[in-house]
Amino acid sequence: MTQPSRGGEYDVAVIGGGLVGSALAWGLARAGQKVAMLDEGDIAVRPSRGNFALVWVQGKGLGMPEYAGWTKKSSDDWSGFADLLREQTGLDVAYRRPGGFMPMLSEEDLQARANTMMRLHNQPDMIRYPYEVMDRETLRKELPFIGPDVVGGTYCPLDGHCNSLRLLRTLHKGIGLLGVDYRPNHRVERIEHRDGGFRMTTAGGEVRAGKIVLAAGHDSARLAPMVGLSAPVRPQRGHVIVTEKTAPFLHHPTVYVRQTDEGGVMIGDSFEEAGFDTTLQPGVSSAIAERAIRFFPLLGKLNVVRSWAALRVLTPDGFPIYEESKTAPGAFVATCHSGVTLAANHALTLAPLIAAGGLGDSFAPFSAGRFHVPQAA
Amino acid sequence: MSTPNPRFDFDIAVVGSGPAGLAAAALAASKGASVVLLDEQAEPGGQIYRAVTETPVRDRKVLGPDYWHGAELLGPLRDSGAVHWPGTIVWSVARPREDAGDGHRPIQIGLSRNGLAAMLTVRHVILATGALERPFPIPGWTLPGVLGAGAAQVLLKTSGLVPSGATVMAGSGPLLWLLAWQYLQAGARIDAILDTTPKENWRAALPLLPGFLRSPYWAKGMKLMLEVRRKLTVIGNVTALRAEGAIGGDSALKSVVYTRNGTEHRLPADTLLLHHGVIPNLNLANATGCAQRWDEQQRCWRPTTDDWGATSVEGVSLAGDGAGIGGARAAEEAGRLAALDALHRLGRIGREQRDQLATPFRAALDRALTGRAFLDTLYTPAEAFRAPADDTIVCRCEEITAGAVREAVRLGCSGPNQAKSFLRCGMGPCQGRLCGPTVTEVIAAERGVSPAEVGYYRLRPPVKPITLAELAALPKTDADIDAVFKH
Amino acid sequence: MFRRLPEIETATAAQAVSFTIDGRPASARAGDSVTAALLANGVTACRTTAVSGAARGPYCMMGVCYDCLVTIDGTGNRQGCQVRVAPGMAVETQNGKREVER
Repeated sequence: MTQPSRGGEYDVAVIGGGLVGSALAWGLARAGQKVAMLDEGDIAVRPSRGNFALVWVQGKGLGMPEYAGWTKKSSDDWSGFADLLREQTGLDVAYRRPGGFMPMLSEEDLQARANTMMRLHNQPDMIRYPYEVMDRETLRKELPFIGPDVVGGTYCPLDGHCNSLRLLRTLHKGIGLLGVDYRPNHRVERIEHRDGGFRMTTAGGEVRAGKIVLAAGHDSARLAPMVGLSAPVRPQRGHVIVTEKTAPFLHHPTVYVRQTDEGGVMIGDSFEEAGFDTTLQPGVSSAIAERAIRFFPLLGKLNVVRSWAALRVLTPDGFPIYEESKTAPGAFVATCHSGVTLAANHALTLAPLIAAGGLGDSFAPFSAGRFHVPQAA
Repeated sequence: MSTPNPRFDFDIAVVGSGPAGLAAAALAASKGASVVLLDEQAEPGGQIYRAVTETPVRDRKVLGPDYWHGAELLGPLRDSGAVHWPGTIVWSVARPREDAGDGHRPIQIGLSRNGLAAMLTVRHVILATGALERPFPIPGWTLPGVLGAGAAQVLLKTSGLVPSGATVMAGSGPLLWLLAWQYLQAGARIDAILDTTPKENWRAALPLLPGFLRSPYWAKGMKLMLEVRRKLTVIGNVTALRAEGAIGGDSALKSVVYTRNGTEHRLPADTLLLHHGVIPNLNLANATGCAQRWDEQQRCWRPTTDDWGATSVEGVSLAGDGAGIGGARAAEEAGRLAALDALHRLGRIGREQRDQLATPFRAALDRALTGRAFLDTLYTPAEAFRAPADDTIVCRCEEITAGAVREAVRLGCSGPNQAKSFLRCGMGPCQGRLCGPTVTEVIAAERGVSPAEVGYYRLRPPVKPITLAELAALPKTDADIDAVFKH
Repeated sequence: MFRRLPEIETATAAQAVSFTIDGRPASARAGDSVTAALLANGVTACRTTAVSGAARGPYCMMGVCYDCLVTIDGTGNRQGCQVRVAPGMAVETQNGKREVER
């Protein structure tokens, strides 16, 4: 059922209402732009609902030190971002930065991880930040419930987590308060660059805007070539398990197990190439469960209340794409698979740059040109 | 080129041992299929025939002849050769995408018995998962002392317990009158029945009355209702209700406030029994991927089935109230039809034989369904009870109010899955069983569209909680392990 | 508030099951669910919620509402309406979130 498009041009149309799109829309509106956020309906792929809610720094950026710097910046800005959201909406996204762990189940794995971290930090132009490789005894002081199989792990004081579903809800409330026009059931079918702006044909009617930002998750791949951009993203499935609410016992997030502010324990994850199929695989869930119990044996008694399989939005190298179109200036693409960690950057750094007119040279490493994919005419 | 058949544990699994499941399992097994009947309860009977093998209420006058008919389904089950696994939770039903290389795609059932999870492989599943009471959200419905009328009936059947203290029943629908009648036979005290049947429903139902008069229910139902009206206080045209705890406290029910003709009245109450009919318990079907549709007449969601009970998922059929409310006798016949169709799909009987054997069951099914349209129309709850006031909790597990859902709609949520991710409604252990219908109706009313357009929660296994340790012990392929450990 | 029908009350004596509620001795009928046994012993609220601490009691008696959660023999969050009372069973009302060790 289509509704007539409300008249008038927008300064910016953000295509996609997930974590990336809504953080950008929020930042753009704060920068004074008149914004429309176009979204799909109630049943959609929605990778933003599938994340693990980590605001994570350690280990990122091997192969692209700029990404490590970008990540650390977002992590450093996250606390201020959470405060702004709380002041504006009254909602607390429960951001905590107690430091995070990646525990290991064999000496071999621990050594491999230590080597990776070393190589990461030895990269030229790599940003410096503290981290530790801990043996079992040191780890046990921080994580007393750790199981007998855990030999040690890596720790970084910059790592943290938040309530990511509340983040999405808070951003939606915030953009409403900022006067953003949120349009669900407006899947974009076609974009044309004309008359110095952009005309979008959507399921809910036509929308026109001076600038557009593609933040449509997997659908950015389809939309990008329409405006001279490239977003070669693919889905990658990951399973997550959540337990019943439990009294707080795990105060630090770990890569595979974290306890939410509401008490449930979230457990992940897996990496499967399965196209867009999100059918649950009991064997994968089982392997995830088994590993979690090796990390924290007392999790075994808890009841699993929900499990799901979600689809990451992955570029070929796993690093984000941020780019403005050369053939259709004013069209931007923003895609990443760490929409929670990078939310602060998207809202407080990227959005104002887009509002002011352009990304600048520092974003060159994030261009899709790095994949040598020819741009669409 | 022929390849060996995959090993199946059974030909057919039947989930649920109420009338549909009992009849389906008995018929399929008696025709030579290997059948396993799975149910979470320790004894067969489902909810309508709960405790029929062991109820302490031996005086048959109390529970009535319709209840005791359930006992007649047990003999055929026993004699059929079907394997019966009580105390078994089914938490997942799935059909893997790839076949085993020989054209067969077995169905995998995730079970839990005695705290151990396991996977069962079968060729066909008949879901006979039945119904649950329609959620009846009123302010205060989460207070201790407020229960569903169906719950109270279970307490009577399984344990011979009846309410003591000040007791109020409220709502509409055949079960409410039946329970009140059973309490009369048992000598239990009921202070009042608050009848919420909307006046307008009588007008709408009148054209359907002739059909109802032809049904097997009308005489029985009428006799029962007249006796209840004669002996108990029945207050009609109740348009609003709330349950209250002690002043300043909320640890137990103390009174019920009802509105009639615009005036509020307060009744002391230790127990409030609520009932607004039953609706399909569709979580397992939904999580299995079965398509569902909105039924405007029954005002509920039901999985889409053909007239043999086949769903949109190959190899999965549904029989009984889980496919749409028809009552216990209809469920039996639908179970038999689903069994015949399963036997046909498995190649055990031909199409003509299936159709011929089905004839008496179809006739009985039609008879059992006569008059349902009248009951459905008469007993549709008023909108105030389907999309309640802002301060009413709609999601009991996560304590989310109707007002929060309406606010989410104003923020742009167009359906229950977005509302779920914004508010957590539907994320608790009940997985939407007690909030799904209400959340859909609240969103629909707020958006001004039909519930059909709004949709329902998309559910995933586990349909009932299992422990992490149980999950961890399930079989895993090398690919499963690689997906987790190799990165 | 619930009571046993008189004829069953007499019969119950022969099939009585002794168990404890929050450490106090109690008696029920063989075949009762834990929840029915609690109600028969005058316990209407069996827990407080993990979200707000509100008191809750059983609602559906058929295993779908998850309001009848109690701690049974040291294990928390068990659905009382799905477990049969057994001799010597220790039933405890539970407050708030489950403890990870119980």
